[in-house]
Amino acid sequence: MNSSGGKGSMSTASSSAAWKAGDVVPDQFPAGLRVLVVDDDPTCLMILEKMLRTCLYEVTKCNRAETALSMLRENKNGFDIVISDVHMPDMDGFKLLEHIGLEMDLPVIMMSADDGKHVVMKGVTHGACDYLIKPVRIEALKNIWQHVVRKRKNEWKDFEQSGSVEEGDRQPKQSEEADYSSSANEGNWKSSKKRKDDDDEAEERDDTSTLKKPRVVWSVELHQQFVAAVNQLGIDKAVPKKILELMNVPGLTRENVASHLQKYRLYLRRLSGVSQHQSNLNNSFISPQEATFGPLSPLNGLDLQTLAATGQLPAQSLATLQAAGLGRSTAKSGIAMPLVDQRNIFSFENPKLRFGEGQQQHMNNNKQINLLHGIPTTMEPKQLASLHHSAQSIGNMNVQVTSHGVQGSQNNSLLIQMAQPQPRGQILNDSAGSHAPRLPSTMGQPILSNGIAANVSTRNGIPENIRGPGYNPVSQTSSMLNFPMNHTSELPGNSFPLGSTPGISSLTSKGAFQEDLNSDIKGSGGFMPSYDIFNDLNQHKPQNWELQNVGMTFDASQHSNSLQGNLDLAQSVLVQQGFSSGQMNGQNRSAAVVSKAMFSAGDCTEQGNAQNVNHHLNNLLVDNTIRIKSERVADAGPANLFPDHFGQDDLMSALLKQQEGIAPAENEFDFDGYSMDNIPV
Amino acid sequence: MEVGQMQGRLVDYTKSLFMEGFLDGQFLQLQQLQDESNPDFVVEVVSLFFDDSEKLLNDLTMALDQKNVDFKKVDAHVHQLKGSSSSIGAQRVKNACIAFRNFCEEQNIEACLGCLQQVKQEYYLVKNKLETLFRLERQIVAAGGSIPLMEMGF
Repeated sequence: MNSSGGKGSMSTASSSAAWKAGDVVPDQFPAGLRVLVVDDDPTCLMILEKMLRTCLYEVTKCNRAETALSMLRENKNGFDIVISDVHMPDMDGFKLLEHIGLEMDLPVIMMSADDGKHVVMKGVTHGACDYLIKPVRIEALKNIWQHVVRKRKNEWKDFEQSGSVEEGDRQPKQSEEADYSSSANEGNWKSSKKRKDDDDEAEERDDTSTLKKPRVVWSVELHQQFVAAVNQLGIDKAVPKKILELMNVPGLTRENVASHLQKYRLYLRRLSGVSQHQSNLNNSFISPQEATFGPLSPLNGLDLQTLAATGQLPAQSLATLQAAGLGRSTAKSGIAMPLVDQRNIFSFENPKLRFGEGQQQHMNNNKQINLLHGIPTTMEPKQLASLHHSAQSIGNMNVQVTSHGVQGSQNNSLLIQMAQPQPRGQILNDSAGSHAPRLPSTMGQPILSNGIAANVSTRNGIPENIRGPGYNPVSQTSSMLNFPMNHTSELPGNSFPLGSTPGISSLTSKGAFQEDLNSDIKGSGGFMPSYDIFNDLNQHKPQNWELQNVGMTFDASQHSNSLQGNLDLAQSVLVQQGFSSGQMNGQNRSAAVVSKAMFSAGDCTEQGNAQNVNHHLNNLLVDNTIRIKSERVADAGPANLFPDHFGQDDLMSALLKQQEGIAPAENEFDFDGYSMDNIPV
Repeated sequence: MEVGQMQGRLVDYTKSLFMEGFLDGQFLQLQQLQDESNPDFVVEVVSLFFDDSEKLLNDLTMALDQKNVDFKKVDAHVHQLKGSSSSIGAQRVKNACIAFRNFCEEQNIEACLGCLQQVKQEYYLVKNKLETLFRLERQIVAAGGSIPLMEMGF
């Protein structure tokens, strides 16, 4: 079964070189495909390496997940696909999967001698693009290149679609804008989301015409500019077009910005979710906020921006905060511990965060309480900010924070609150997370509006997922995908090749957030909850979202192998979140899948987005209650955030139920419709 | 014995291993992977398997010997052994591992000890068989012959 015979015609000698050299697929493709295989079993590793070499792939093997991760980080474009074992001593294969998805957005194939349905499903929900059962046969390896192609193809597809979809969606959305910041209830959330989507859509559409996906490398400076622009505009009002104008970077397209914004939002969400998650602040945080959430949201955005502007709050931190803020609104209980860490981060900015707005402060207080749940003084906002810095922790924290704390106060306020460490601290403690779950309704609006894409979505309850370490806030920020809005249409989802399940980690954070949502979601029963968001955002059609596919065609659309392939991130994230408790049952699975689909849908379109999507998902889930709602809906489907939106019901509900919160967020991410240009997050 | 005879013996021997379930189709895959660039591939992989397995079996023995058996750890080792044995096609070892894992789940120490014995037995059996196989191959090569490819029709 040597495949070498078949590939004989290809010039093997130069294949690797050609492949490596450029982004263009050489004629010899798939020969020269750069594969990284990770397995702690030396026997399997050797066999796999030999098989892959026989397939004319370029193989790098390693027996430790940590090594693999650092290899990937050092050389972001050095590999095309990763194959990893599930059971490894130093790091769980799924965790690695999440990291890769979030950071590098590469397709990842899981493998194991374990063929239990549960484990395979886990792969799906975590965003693996395929799952191989050991012993692996060479035939199975011969076709792994399809995942690479599919992923890229989807990215392009999203890109193209975003344009068309936007139009349709835009119209309806306009009307909704009104409520955006007024109330925390879902309705507003939706409208605000739509508004945002509309903007995005319109903008994107223009760009899509070019259909060019120049690879934009979001360098630290560029990102700083981006964040500064976002802060200046206000997370709520930060639309790609304006950001682009503010940034005034030649050669940068609106699409680039759009996709980066999506990621950024997700990132923020994740941050808030993470922080919350850790410190359990969510719960406490959320409750008080709800009320204030609505109005505050605008404030939050401002505050953060102000802070950022003043330079006190590093752009990233701000983003984090924002994300956290966003995430907070949902107030997840999950936040538990990260908050503590976060507090440190935010503490620095306290003065700034204050904003002065009464509400915010109020919110902050509330929020803070929630977030910090046990942290008497640390100001959450600061924490968030610091979280951001810490990058890893931030990712986690933010996610949590957002989801949890924000509950009442809209994500932004969350972040802000964090910044105001001192006074709030006390308040926070009081709040006690109970609120957290409540936020979803209220939060949604404010936070989302911020646009920070609470992607940080720290799911409730999913403490561990928060990507934290793997996730580089800095780079990630770009990933905050607001996507839900835009993409929905684009993501026709089937090909979710997202594979990389970056989202997964984010989802976890969402979990916390999700909880709130879940309750909502469950109601909707449809898969589509997340879709709704999307629909609102841009796409009316949930279908785009992949979700539809997911629910229905999940299997069909996805790879034959597994849904996992497509859904990858979204699902995994969603599922992860909700399921952390291992609830995955049939329903969840589908839900998860759906969410993934949704998620991936978004991602598919953009390579960069994929990561973002994942991020988004996380973010979505976590922080923006508002966002989450809408997002969730899309993602998780089950999340019922938007009962009305979903059509997909089954999948979504299943998903949501399980995920409790994770799901929706995911959906949102993916699709932002922005054809995120390869924001190499 | 002349080469032709030796080759015949090898083929028959290999066939019997498959028939008796010691080896399965995966072993054939390994053989097919072997080529001029890697003429000793199968031997290398199998040697690796032997080394790794012996370590795992030792770890398992120790783990089950503890006062408070950590079943998660035991299960992890068995899972690993299951994976590697299935990768090289050591079917009976793999099956013994599957049974072992079930008892791990039940946390039944007695049964686990029994399973461990079973796994060890199967392991040494297949090790013996494979070493014989390789010896036969070496003899053929030393006599100037080539190793016949197995056509098992799996």
